[in-house]
Amino acid sequence: MSVDPVDFLGIDRLLTNEERMIRDTARKFVRDRILPGIEKWFEAGEFPLEIAPEIGELGLLGMHLEGYGCAGTNATSYGLACLELEAGDSGFRSFVSVQGSLVMFPIHAYGSDEQKQQWLPRMAAGEAIGCFGLTEPDRGSDPANMRTTARRDGDDWILNGNKMWITNGSIADVAIVWAQTDEGVRGFLVPKGTKGFTTRDIHRKLSLRASVTSELIFDDARLPGDALLPGVQGMRGPLSCLTEARFGIIFGAMGAARACYECALEYSKTREQFGQPIGAFQLTQEKLVNMLLELNKGSLLALHLGRIKDEGLITPQHVSLGKLNNVREALAIAREARTILGANGITLEYPVIRHSNNLESVLTYEGTSEIHTLILGQAITGLPAFGGNA
Amino acid sequence: MERKKALNIAVCVKHIPDPNLPGELDGQRLKRAGVQGVLDPGDEFGVEAGLQLKEAHGGEVTLISMGPAVALEAVRRGLSMGADKGVLVSDDALAGADALTTARVLAAAIAKAGPFDLVIAGVESTDGYTGTMPSSLAEFLGLPQLTFVKSLEGAEGSIRVNRQTVEGYHVVESPLPALISVTAGVNEPRYASFKGIMAAKKKPVEQWSLADLELSSDDVTVNQSVTNIGKAEERQAGEVVEDDGSGAARIADFLKEAKVI
Repeated sequence: MSVDPVDFLGIDRLLTNEERMIRDTARKFVRDRILPGIEKWFEAGEFPLEIAPEIGELGLLGMHLEGYGCAGTNATSYGLACLELEAGDSGFRSFVSVQGSLVMFPIHAYGSDEQKQQWLPRMAAGEAIGCFGLTEPDRGSDPANMRTTARRDGDDWILNGNKMWITNGSIADVAIVWAQTDEGVRGFLVPKGTKGFTTRDIHRKLSLRASVTSELIFDDARLPGDALLPGVQGMRGPLSCLTEARFGIIFGAMGAARACYECALEYSKTREQFGQPIGAFQLTQEKLVNMLLELNKGSLLALHLGRIKDEGLITPQHVSLGKLNNVREALAIAREARTILGANGITLEYPVIRHSNNLESVLTYEGTSEIHTLILGQAITGLPAFGGNA
Repeated sequence: MERKKALNIAVCVKHIPDPNLPGELDGQRLKRAGVQGVLDPGDEFGVEAGLQLKEAHGGEVTLISMGPAVALEAVRRGLSMGADKGVLVSDDALAGADALTTARVLAAAIAKAGPFDLVIAGVESTDGYTGTMPSSLAEFLGLPQLTFVKSLEGAEGSIRVNRQTVEGYHVVESPLPALISVTAGVNEPRYASFKGIMAAKKKPVEQWSLADLELSSDDVTVNQSVTNIGKAEERQAGEVVEDDGSGAARIADFLKEAKVI
């Protein structure tokens, strides 16, 4: 019997033909368009914006949304595409997550017809880029206490505050910004070029280097009344977006892990020490097998969560479980792979240190491991442990 | 302004075991049952050629395939690239069909689904590699055949191709209808976009049996059999040239000998 050293359990057989086609298309795109340039982009600290329309043409942007030029796939397919993208680089998966789940999703779910018509088709095509402003310099895990405000001025809104660690910030044509109002937290569509709205890129990152991260600054930015996202009020708005994006991460993390495992496995069969391939040593085999276990378990978990999302049965707590487990295990796999590669494991010649560093961001963005642990702790005990008045 | 005549194009496609996986034998045949299958990568060039002609001239691309029910996956793949509809001939009597039988069945299916202005096939399949099917098919259909096409150009009522030869290429022109077989590299097959994949589900695919084609199992009796399978000769170790200053010249000599330069 032939053994597949990666998809050891034959999880592939659980996919539909259509899901496999989407997965294969995404994989081919990553191989053709992302892998040849990723080392250069990562090292230079740049996101190749010129690829955005190609990603759009493929149908990756807002792919699980219906209408407005979106492909309308199921959630599992979206997850599989995230997995393939992140096997390329977390920066590209982040780009697609932000565009599709954090910007297109809320416009689709909570936007007016005019907002949908104005933004969704162009965003699906990759001709317009979006970003999502929730996190603030002093408010990461505790966004409900955000300081950014929007106050009424006649029909207009006046926006003040800062948003931090915003993926796609300075390249975005439109920012979805969440702010405190008299009516609780509301979302606003803020186009680039709005007077009083500026961005500043965050440099000197050692993680997600092939991704733009910015600060958004609002200084009496005046928005017309129709900039408001009419369909949602309160923290449910931004949190629902995060649940969407976290879902993609559950799959994506396994993509990064797969790339590291494949690299380490290959390396272990060709690298020789003491006259034999290092893969012949028991210690190396244990490492590889532990990676194999978590990769296959995490992939099954992701697929299961995809299936229950497609059934409409998934909860934010399910998503927390998936993100907590799969990012943690992906990072462990990446670090373990690093040890198999020895010194080669720290160079950009191999993908491992790049994935490992990227996963350090994935570990804490979209809800830290600690917060997902507390969400699950509350779910099973009924007792909130978030501190303060949460 | 004179309206161009739209082209009605048939493209032959085959579902084969994924060539990226190690092939396994089932007796004297390639094992197919339970093996992950794909649209033959060689056929993607044919689908792309059909789509490009359709985009330039208008018309319709119909995929024609023969295989078990699972071969529908390959047809859907071609539809997701942008083909309009498909035909799959499936029949238990076709298990183990050889290239000649395949050509006879595809010819019947093309005749029934047509008439077509152009029939496109890959020069050979990426599993059996007999390379005889396109020529047999053209004979059965009574069409002129332009084989080993490395580039093509459609015009009103005719097609002009560059036909790959050992020394270079021949420029060949034929009136339509005709059959062409395309080489890998004739074009760059497009990605199946996610929208295309979703749309492919709704495109019509006819599934025909031999009876639908008015063929009987006698018409598809296989006369060809594989008598022996041998291992491919192992590749010989290359020649190592120590560079004593004449390395570049020796490499140039080697390439000249191989007629590369």
